[in-house]
Amino acid sequence: MSSTETQEYSPYLQPGGFKNWFFTVDHKRIGLMYLYAILFFFIIAGVCGLIVKAELLAPGMQFVDYHGYNVFFTLHGTIMVFLFIVPGIPATLGNFLLPLMIGAKDVAFPRLNLLSFWIYVLGAFVVILSLIGPWDEAWLDTGWTFYTPYSIDSSTGVIPVTLGAFILGFSSVLTGLNFVVTIHRMRAPGMTWHRMPLFVWSLYSASLIQILATPVVGITLLLLIMERLFGIGFFSPELGGDPIMFENFFWFYSHPVVYIMILPAMGVVAEILPVFSKKAIFGYRAIAYSSIAIALVSFFVWGHHLFVSGMSYWSRWIFSLLTFAVAIPTAIKVFNWIATLYKGSVKMDSPMLYACGFIFLFSIAGLTGIPLATLATDVHFHDTYFVVAHFHYTMQGGTVVALVGGLHFWWPKMYGRMYNELIAKVGFWLLFLGFNATFMPMFILGYWGMPRRYADYMAEFADLHFASSLGAMVNGIAYIVILGNLVYAAFKGRAAGKNPYNSLSLEWSIPSPPPLTNFDEIPTVTTWTYGYGEENT
Amino acid sequence: MANHSNWAPGTFFHLHEEDPVEEYENFKLGMWIFLATEVLLFGGLFAVYFVMKWRYPDLFLAGAAQLNALLGTGNTLVLLCSSFTMALAVDAAQRGQQKKLVWNLVLTLAFGTVFLIIKFFEWKAKIGHGWFPGLNLDIFFSIYFMTTGLHLLHVLVGMSFIGLLLYRAVVHKRYHEENFGGVEIGGLYWHLVDVIWIFLFPLLYLI
Repeated sequence: MSSTETQEYSPYLQPGGFKNWFFTVDHKRIGLMYLYAILFFFIIAGVCGLIVKAELLAPGMQFVDYHGYNVFFTLHGTIMVFLFIVPGIPATLGNFLLPLMIGAKDVAFPRLNLLSFWIYVLGAFVVILSLIGPWDEAWLDTGWTFYTPYSIDSSTGVIPVTLGAFILGFSSVLTGLNFVVTIHRMRAPGMTWHRMPLFVWSLYSASLIQILATPVVGITLLLLIMERLFGIGFFSPELGGDPIMFENFFWFYSHPVVYIMILPAMGVVAEILPVFSKKAIFGYRAIAYSSIAIALVSFFVWGHHLFVSGMSYWSRWIFSLLTFAVAIPTAIKVFNWIATLYKGSVKMDSPMLYACGFIFLFSIAGLTGIPLATLATDVHFHDTYFVVAHFHYTMQGGTVVALVGGLHFWWPKMYGRMYNELIAKVGFWLLFLGFNATFMPMFILGYWGMPRRYADYMAEFADLHFASSLGAMVNGIAYIVILGNLVYAAFKGRAAGKNPYNSLSLEWSIPSPPPLTNFDEIPTVTTWTYGYGEENT
Repeated sequence: MANHSNWAPGTFFHLHEEDPVEEYENFKLGMWIFLATEVLLFGGLFAVYFVMKWRYPDLFLAGAAQLNALLGTGNTLVLLCSSFTMALAVDAAQRGQQKKLVWNLVLTLAFGTVFLIIKFFEWKAKIGHGWFPGLNLDIFFSIYFMTTGLHLLHVLVGMSFIGLLLYRAVVHKRYHEENFGGVEIGGLYWHLVDVIWIFLFPLLYLI
């Protein structure tokens, strides 16, 4: 706590200048650069999503033609998945917090960390290259899943986008590798595995998936590129290949990847809840191990994306069963979070609102996953709005809500300044209402049989589409309020002090914003992170 | 060493130094994890191989008969020898035997080059028969070119790695009893390249 004895305190945000940032190996700066980059793409992809929703305000075609509609939902999905939500929480909050939370000066490979960011920038650049060229020929319209055989035949820019995703995969693998080695090797003395904050456990689990799943999508996308360039025929039925094999390969990565997105979000929630209920986390080990369990099970459930694509009876049966198994560790987490709140002195500040909002929305996401994992009902729900609503509840209602909540929670640590609490709460409620208004109707529309990815719809679906589109606009406005509040706070907010929330975690024991080398002296840890209400709180 | 004077602390060219023992352990764990990603990368290709072989057994038998098993065996032996010299290089680095280290790295590079030359003639013969990616290629030869091509890329990466080790060993005398991590990690990568070939060879040439 004596920060000025050995050296002059200077926050990591100084000195500025392009050179000092773009070549930095400091995990905090890299985390912030990732944050700016992914928020940039979040806004772009969000606007694409709003264009889709604007088109769906009324039956018939208003703003874009059929191809344009395909382009915008593809851009929305591709950019959101590969450029925003996969790096998402690990690359931003994870990079910033992981060394602070385990009492290290940096990650294990600081230069590799920077390389991973540069690769991300390169990958993003290659994805953007796909936009060069005539709008009706070059702009990708395959959807973010690049299903063959259409992605082989399509005249649009499949190669730049898949190549970009391939490159982004390297960035993802390097971040995951770096985190695993950091967690194994860089923990401060006394920071045993069972004293680590749960956010670190969730990063560890997500990193394992990043390491093990990403190479498979890498080879899949590479084969798709080769297919287009040389006609190697693995996925083309007319050359003897099998398009369903592409789906298997693709989902072998892309199902685990949703846990890369959601596990760190769960970690954020587990950090926020005990601080604002002034109570130790309930069931620490159960939450920690369930993260690992989710990571393991995630590799054996990809088949549920193919229930109607052609799959044997027994495979379907087994994949359905395994998919249900994911509900067990997930429910363990939810129950333990709620038990943490029980008899705590709960304070509904804005990070806590987001954490509770996460539990609510994520529970809906999880429960609506069950009819999709059930063979009989999935035949009906497959490729309808029900699926779209389900995964938006996990991705936006889960991951994005947790990311925004985490940003509010750690903003004072990142910039040393506090946001406006009232505007933060208004932002949360706008987001909560707008989000539910967007996607609740889509559950019903999907139940009625409205297929996804259609540019037009029948008149009887008009009212709920209209409600959903209005909700999407509120959803969009909410992000303007939230981000505006945060950006204003970073420049003009009042000074936050080093521990505004009275948290016990290590990152709050150093000044805000932290100095470049984090800790003047590597701390020695003697107790777990969640000793709220036990002794010296 | 780069000139630090122009760079602020905490930038790429002005990095705080780690304790070498810590660094060695970190890099070793990092490389093992990286090897796991490589196994999964090739795992995807092996999965394609098995799916297609199960679907078109005759095509694969006919294709394998077209491959030159003698050249394949030769390349297998060459890679095994290179792995042996690489292991000797690691041992030499750990004992601080500079001369032995340098010569074993040179030998490893030489074996790698022989592998490339044999591969060149093999591919040349195949392409001479008109089997080239993009032209009337059947699934077997697609897999042949994809797997051996990706493996070739890894051989090149591995050889660059060994070249870097050699440069550092000769110019900087960097590796000795207390600092042999780089050679060991390069060795790990090179052995993996070898192991992948050990699986590719029987799958493509023999069965």
